[in-house]
Amino acid sequence: MSILVEKNTKIIVQGLTGKTGTFHTEQALAYHGTQMVAGIHPKKGGETWTAGEGAKDAAGTELPIFTSVAEAKDKTGATASVIYVPPAGAAAAIEEAIEAGIDLITCITEGIPVSDMVKVKAKLEKSKSRLIGPNCPGVLTPEECKIGIMPGNIFSKGSVGVVSRSGTLTYEAVFQTTNEGLGQTTAVGIGGDPVKGTEFIDVLEMFLADDATQSIIMIGEIGGSAEEDAAQFLADEAKKGRSKPTVGFIAGRTAPKGRTMGHAGAVVSGGKGGAEDKIEAMEKAGIRVSPSPAQLGKTLVELLKG
Amino acid sequence: MNIHEYQAKQVLKGFGAPVAEGVAITDAGEAEKAARMLPGPLYVVKSQIHAGGRGKGKFKELGPDAKGGVRLAKSIEDVVANAKEMLGHTLVTKQTGESGKQVNRLYIEDGADIARELYLSILVDRAVGKVAFVASTEGGMDIETVAAETPEKIVNLPIDPTAGVTEADASKLSDALKLDGEARADGMTLFPTLYKAFMDKDMSLLEINPLIVMTNGRLRVLDAKVSFDSNALFRHDDIKALRDETEEDAKEIEASKYDLAYIALDGDIGCMVNGAGLAMATMDIIKLYGKEPANFLDVGGGASKEKVTSAFKIITADPNVKGILVNIFGGIMRCDVIAEGVVAAVKEVGLKVPLVVRLEGTNVDQGKQILDQSGLDITSADDLDDAAQKIVKAVG
Repeated sequence: MSILVEKNTKIIVQGLTGKTGTFHTEQALAYHGTQMVAGIHPKKGGETWTAGEGAKDAAGTELPIFTSVAEAKDKTGATASVIYVPPAGAAAAIEEAIEAGIDLITCITEGIPVSDMVKVKAKLEKSKSRLIGPNCPGVLTPEECKIGIMPGNIFSKGSVGVVSRSGTLTYEAVFQTTNEGLGQTTAVGIGGDPVKGTEFIDVLEMFLADDATQSIIMIGEIGGSAEEDAAQFLADEAKKGRSKPTVGFIAGRTAPKGRTMGHAGAVVSGGKGGAEDKIEAMEKAGIRVSPSPAQLGKTLVELLKG
Repeated sequence: MNIHEYQAKQVLKGFGAPVAEGVAITDAGEAEKAARMLPGPLYVVKSQIHAGGRGKGKFKELGPDAKGGVRLAKSIEDVVANAKEMLGHTLVTKQTGESGKQVNRLYIEDGADIARELYLSILVDRAVGKVAFVASTEGGMDIETVAAETPEKIVNLPIDPTAGVTEADASKLSDALKLDGEARADGMTLFPTLYKAFMDKDMSLLEINPLIVMTNGRLRVLDAKVSFDSNALFRHDDIKALRDETEEDAKEIEASKYDLAYIALDGDIGCMVNGAGLAMATMDIIKLYGKEPANFLDVGGGASKEKVTSAFKIITADPNVKGILVNIFGGIMRCDVIAEGVVAAVKEVGLKVPLVVRLEGTNVDQGKQILDQSGLDITSADDLDDAAQKIVKAVG
């Protein structure tokens, strides 16, 4: 089992015809034949997109281009979309996917204005759609489905659920759990923006409910209080008898206050969002927090040994 | 992006918020003319730097008994004397760090008779994904102190993005600030005005501390701190024009030209990393092994050879850097591109300090080969732990 995506998930690409969209769609097709089924372009409807050499065995695959998400969903039966639209138009692309009733929307785009995301969030809450991101690496279920930009070659099928605010730290966790022979059920990058579609709690709930997921790695960073909320959630669920061994890491212990550390959401402000508070909350909730980003896999192995 | 107080007030005035009349000057010779443009007899002379705590700050050159960075003046001569004393000197506040900031600009403002000082800010409440007001009757002091000592005196009010600030919202804020009479009427207009300014200009923070009730019963924005969402500057040329580069670190400005996320720090190990989370984690692991990072640097997901070269140059230009750690986990970023960039940069600017490179991910073997065959003195590391230990040991 896995969460969010599996081998039958059909995905449309918003922003397929650009350089980024093309590159990553080819990579997705090459990754165990992820079902990329269509692209969207308001002016290129009726044309086709052809995968190049980057798609390896899937090179030459042709995808139809539709003028709207609604039409593409209707014609292909897709339930998911991935967005590679530049920042100025990305919020509108998310809104279009919400209005078309797409179940799972993943927005990779970094740099969307916060006020645009505030409006998107209001629409999202009144809909049935789930948004992953923005400013995230996507979702990947090993050997089944790759949405977004994660490097497929570091994954292996296994038992660890990975959830992270950071892209490259997701890769660290995946790579280390692969090396330790544990493998992953699904990895979810929720994104580094302050206002986003999916929080830690949403993904943790799915991992707790997923039988195949036997342990969890959760990677947070400075800014906001999502890690504290997640820790509280895990503590509350544990009281109800629902718990899985969990390793955590928080990036930004050495970050100066008041500075935004690359990710728009990574800033300690007004005495809140610091790493130490998060680590304390996580440890209190029974999460084994690794002091080093290089020890995520080893820490989990130790925890599993008991 | 941050702007000065006088600029923030001009922006707010454009939306109709009540601010005092004032004139910004950069030369003490302009002080008299500036003061004569104001009604008097009370004036305020305010240092314009991008840091808070100016009133309680001290000028480095003037000794401990001199007055702070915000001064009251009761005559035009008094304005001139203060301006002469303040301009060009270094103001140290609790937000500037020990080195302080040089005051290159003053804002001469019409003074006000204050009856009550209040606190009001607008920010993005990320927990609920909405823009929210924060209001308190305890103005003029640090809101963090109020939050710690008397949290019950702070009211947080998230705003529905579809409805905007409703009559009921404005009433709640007026109640929270205990406004009555004319001040209440002023508030009912001011709150939606400020919200409009925040949304229209894509602010990330609008802080008015204090918002004052004057002895004549009216409201006035006495101080204003505004930051803008950097991601939204592409649609606000007027705001971009307000950027004051003299307030920023020269290395950070250089980095921003290449679209590199760079923050200068005080340590001695320079870092070049891809991804913000991994860049922070790399700083953390350097500290874990007993050293301090000299910078945060995220080259981003799709860096070119040129971008890597410029990143490397910025790091080596920092005289504090005694060693460099390059940590790349290539997803989109290909390791061979990084390796080519590093080799090109070293050949161009030379290498006077130890360099440890850890590469992982896409095209890692080609990347390592490029480094090995370069003939340069580069230490290769197997993983992040190994890399951190090697650079810390090399710097000693």
